Order: sequence, then structure tokens, then C-alpha cells
Amino acid sequence: MAVLLLADVNGGQLATDSVAKTLTAVAGLGEIHVLVAGQGGDAAAAEAAGLAGVSKVLFADGHDYCHGMAEATAALVVGLASSYTHICAPATAAAKNVLPRVAALLDVMVLSDVTAVIDSETFERPIYAGNAIQTVKSGDKVKVFTVRTAAFAAAGTGGAAALEKVTGATAEGLSSWVEDKVAASDRPELTSAKIVVSGGRGVGSEADFALIEALADKLGAAVGASRAAVDSGFAPNDWQVGQTGKVVAPALYVAIGISGAIQHLAGMKDSKVIVAINKDEEAPIFQIADYGLVADLFQAVPEMTQKV
Amino acid sequence: MKVLVPVKRVIDYNVKVRVKADGSGVDLANVKMSMNPFDEIAVEEAIRLKEKGVASEIVVVSIGVKQAQETLRTALAMGADRAILIEAASDVHTDIEPLAVAKLLAAVVGAEAPGLVLAGKQAIDNDMNATGQMLSALLGWSQATFASELSVAGDSATVTREVDGGLQTITVKLPAVVTVDLRLNEPRYASLPNIMKAKKKPLEEKTAADYGVDVTPRLTVVKTSEPAGRKAGVKVASVDELIAKLKDEAGVL
Ligand SMILES: Cc1cc2nc3c(=O)[nH]c(=O)nc-3n(C[C@H](O)[C@H](O)[C@H](O)COP(=O)(O)OP(=O)(O)OC[C@H]3O[C@@H](n4cnc5c(N)ncnc54)[C@H](O)[C@@H]3O)c2cc1C
Ligand SMILES: Nc1ncnc2c1ncn2[C@@H]1O[C@H](COP(=O)(O)O)[C@@H](O)[C@H]1O
Repeated sequence: MAVLLLADVNGGQLATDSVAKTLTAVAGLGEIHVLVAGQGGDAAAAEAAGLAGVSKVLFADGHDYCHGMAEATAALVVGLASSYTHICAPATAAAKNVLPRVAALLDVMVLSDVTAVIDSETFERPIYAGNAIQTVKSGDKVKVFTVRTAAFAAAGTGGAAALEKVTGATAEGLSSWVEDKVAASDRPELTSAKIVVSGGRGVGSEADFALIEALADKLGAAVGASRAAVDSGFAPNDWQVGQTGKVVAPALYVAIGISGAIQHLAGMKDSKVIVAINKDEEAPIFQIADYGLVADLFQAVPEMTQKV
Repeated sequence: MKVLVPVKRVIDYNVKVRVKADGSGVDLANVKMSMNPFDEIAVEEAIRLKEKGVASEIVVVSIGVKQAQETLRTALAMGADRAILIEAASDVHTDIEPLAVAKLLAAVVGAEAPGLVLAGKQAIDNDMNATGQMLSALLGWSQATFASELSVAGDSATVTREVDGGLQTITVKLPAVVTVDLRLNEPRYASLPNIMKAKKKPLEEKTAADYGVDVTPRLTVVKTSEPAGRKAGVKVASVDELIAKLKDEAGVL
């Protein structure tokens, strides 16, 4: 048995944390080969080769594979598929774009957001926004799945895998990249941060979101948001936590001015410690918070920022 | 250009999900069902394309139990022109897998020749996020997933996509499959006169067998269980107490 792991590469940078966590998830399934796709991915490929548990890195140095373009990347993966029993990737937006396409081309089902690998054909995954956990067995010849990285610890470094260049099919003319609008930030990444401070509709405005950001910066935390906060224009879309946003499981999650809708809980309820600050003592978020503070956030948050 | 919109009948997003005690699944008997929220957004976008003169006809398709007719009628009441129901299950607890749905949709695309398929990004019941990508693969079309902006010009579409780092813009050659994210638009409500009119719009009934597609699942559900619960926590009286607890009791600061 051998596993092909498709790595996320953004602007030539390996999304190391997500790859390292996926490595842990699939460690029991056999030899693991990591596929790094995209022109200029040399450094990313070299970094992947240094992760513990990787036995080979396949590097496809093609322009068509840049920016995670689905048609070409899927064609590349399908070309390599016959050597593998499992094809997987971290459950990022990029991989969710590509792997279902790979699965359909191979005439197999895809499993999204796997949270546990039970054996080579049995997997757990959340359904209904995490309100139920399904254990499923796949009879398909090759298992294609994405891994919910929040459920796993990151593999370490110290590996020295061989590096092999590969080529594959492309997808001439189907679609083309125009631009990426990616906000640069000095803060930790949302999905790998130890602490996440999130704001909701209760924060009230984009200007007042600075309160959330100030507390986050004091704690060295990433900033998150509810969908209502994003939709209201208080925060950018890549901060959204939840069923349709990012899934996080930090050591500490601080929910401020967030009511606790199930779609939000789906993205953060596996955090180790949850704090809720909300002026409504009936807010559902308090049912899952380890520590709840019933208070006006405009007083409590600046006070907390000052005192921590 | 014809636009095809697949719409799924799912548990209403406000309903609290209950896992059946015997672990056989989620209880869907006598539960409020609605159109998948993402699919409402897809229908709305198709209507807007028609209002702009880009789309000529909107065909909605649902695959599943007979009751999915209600979902199709909702789409017709919003403004779709015609509906196709593909009956593929008799028990409301049977979920047709994305691969089989994609194969059925590919057959419908073969018959209807739309220039654009607008699907939801994900069904809120199985949370698969797969069908649109699979359909695009089976057709050999271009795909643009997680759309938060869409504009069609000539034989291509420009799509802004919600990705992990922010936003990405791509252009896709038509015909294409586009899957829609929550911020693309705000769906309209159907007015009463339109609900009445929708009852007279054509709704064709087919079965999976009519298309020669085998819908036997590839995944066997071994069991369905409740997620690990969280213990109820405590309320603290002040910011000072909160910080003290986080330092001394939880050890996270
Ligand atoms: C298909 C679908 C997918 C969705 N996906 C997501 C998702 O991924 N993530 C997500 O978050 N949501 C998602 N939602 C939306 C979700 O249902 C809720 O609408 C949303 O989470 C509410 O956000 P909120 O808690 O910020 O806002 P609200 O529910 O409006 O809560 C605001 C809270 O702020 C409190 N507040 C107000 N003022 C103050 C103050 N001065 N001090 C302290 N507290 C104050 C209020 O008491 C209230 O509890 C989804 C919905 C659908 C239908
Ligand atoms: N049974 C179905 N009938 C009609 N459309 C469906 C069905 N299943 C999935 N879809 C479409 O595919 C999208 C993604 O679903 P999924 O891949 O199951 O998460 C949905 O938002 C619908 O647009």
C-alpha cells in the first residue's frame, strides 16, 4: 500500500502545518509520497522532503499547476494514481477544489473532512455540521479523501526523502488564473494558531473589530470571525470559522459577541478551552463555553487586553 | 444560454439534528426539510442572469425521493422555468452519493445542453462539497468552485472564489460548472402569486433507471454516532476572574 498526499503550495510556499498534520492522519496506511505541484515549487518540495514520515517527494514543475488550478492539477494526480491505494490531501479550499475531480475521473467516491482513519478502508467524518459522526467503509479500488487537519498533531521534521521530478497531463484552455487577493499578515495562521480570538455581529462595525484584533495581538493569537461578522463587512472572508469557513481546534478559543449558532460551533467546538464573552446570558455559546463572562464586550475586551 | 441548477432537499438548517439511538443514522422522519441554502443562492444567481438577459431558460433538477418535488416547486416559485425530478430513492433516509448524483446530472446535461451549471458549494446534510467538481470532471468541463462573484461575457465567465487565504479570481471557458458560496447573493422570497404560478410550470418526473445510472453507494455507513459532548462550564464574574482561571486552572495563558 502506498499513499499519495497532495500538498498545498501558495505562492511557492509549502502549507507546512496542513501537510504535517495530514501525515499524522495517514501514517498507518503505508509508504507516503508527497506531491508538490507548480512552477517555482523547488523550495516547497525540499521542505516537504524534510518532514518526518515522507518517503518520497514528487515535484511537478509546471506552470499549469500553479494557483491550484483544478483541471490541470486533477489531471496530474490522475496520471500518477495507478501506483497508489490512497490519495489524500489536507481539507483546504484548494484540495476540496481538486480531489473530488480526481475521484470522479477515477470513478470512485471522495470522502471529505476525514477526522479519523480507522483502517485502510474505514474512516470517520462529521456530517450535519458536526452534529453527527459517520463511520464509513469504502469499497473503491483507491480511496480518495481530504483530512480535517484540526483533528491531528503535526508530524515533525528530520526526514530526508528522495526527490523525484514528475510530469503529467495539463488542461489546455479550460480555465485561467487572473489574480489572488491574499491579505498578508504577521499574525499566526488561523488553522494552526494556539489561540484564536473571534468576533461576531456583536462587535458592531469594522472599526470596532480593532478591539478584537488588539486582544489577539496581545495574546499572539489569530483572529477569527462569525459569518455574520464577515457578511456585515466587519472582517474578511478568510477569517470565517464554521461549517462553511475554517475549522479550528486551538488550545484557547475566545468567542466575543458571537451567539453560538450550530454552523459556527461546527468550526470551533473541538477547541481545548472555550471562552465566551457575550452580554446575553441566554446565548447558546455559553452551553459549550468552559468559561463564560456575561458582559458588554466594549468594556470587557479592552480591560482584558490591558490586563493579560 | 440555458442554465441548469441542481437543488437538493435537505434538513432545514434551523433544525436540531438527532442521531438515532441505534446508530443507524440521523432521524429525518417528520423533520422540516428545505432547499439546501447554497442551492437557493444558485437559483437566485440563475434568475439574476436571466434578468440581465444572459440566461434564456433556467432548468432545476433534484435527485432523491418523490418529496423533492416540493423543493423543485420552491425553485419554480422563485423564478426557475422548468423542473426535473429524478426519483432515485423511496426512503427519506437514503442519501444519493455525489458520484451518482454527478453521473445523473451529466446525463441531464447531455440531454439539455446548458451553457452553465450552477450548483451549491456543499449540501448541509452530508457536507461533502463534491458534486459540482465531480460533474465538471465527468463532462470534461472547466470548473469554478466557491464563487462569491460571477460575471458572464461571451463564451467565458469570470469568477471570484473564496479560498483559504482570501479571494482568487479566475476565468473559465463555457460551458462550465460553477459552485456557489454564501456571499454570492441574497436569495429572494417567492411571492404568493409566483407560488401559485409555479404550480403550473412543467415538472418532469424521471427515475435513475431512465438514465441508466447505477446509484448503489460506494460507501457503506458502518455507524452514525453523536459527537463527543462538552462538559458545561462555569460563569465568571469579572475579567480578573477570567484571566485568573485561564492562567491557573486551564493553564492556557
Ligand atoms: C448554510 C449555512 C452555513 C453557515 N455557515 C456558517 C459558518 O461557517 N460560520 C458562522 O459563524 N456562521 C455560519 N452560518 C450563520 C449562522 O447560522 C449564524 O447566523 C451566525 O453564526 C451568527 O453570527 P453571530 O453569532 O456573530 O451573530 P448573532 O447571532 O447575531 O449574535 C451576536 C451576538 O452578539 C451579542 N452581543 C451584541 N452586542 C454585544 C455587546 N455589546 N457585548 C457583548 N455581546 C454582544 C449578542 O448577545 C449575540 O449573542 C451559516 C448559516 C447557514 C445557513
Ligand atoms: N440529490 C441531489 N439533487 C440535486 N442536487 C444535488 C444533490 N446532491 C447534491 N446536489 C448539488 O450538489 C451540491 C453539492 O452537494 P454535495 O457535493 O453533496 O455537498 C448541492 O449544493 C447541489 O447543488
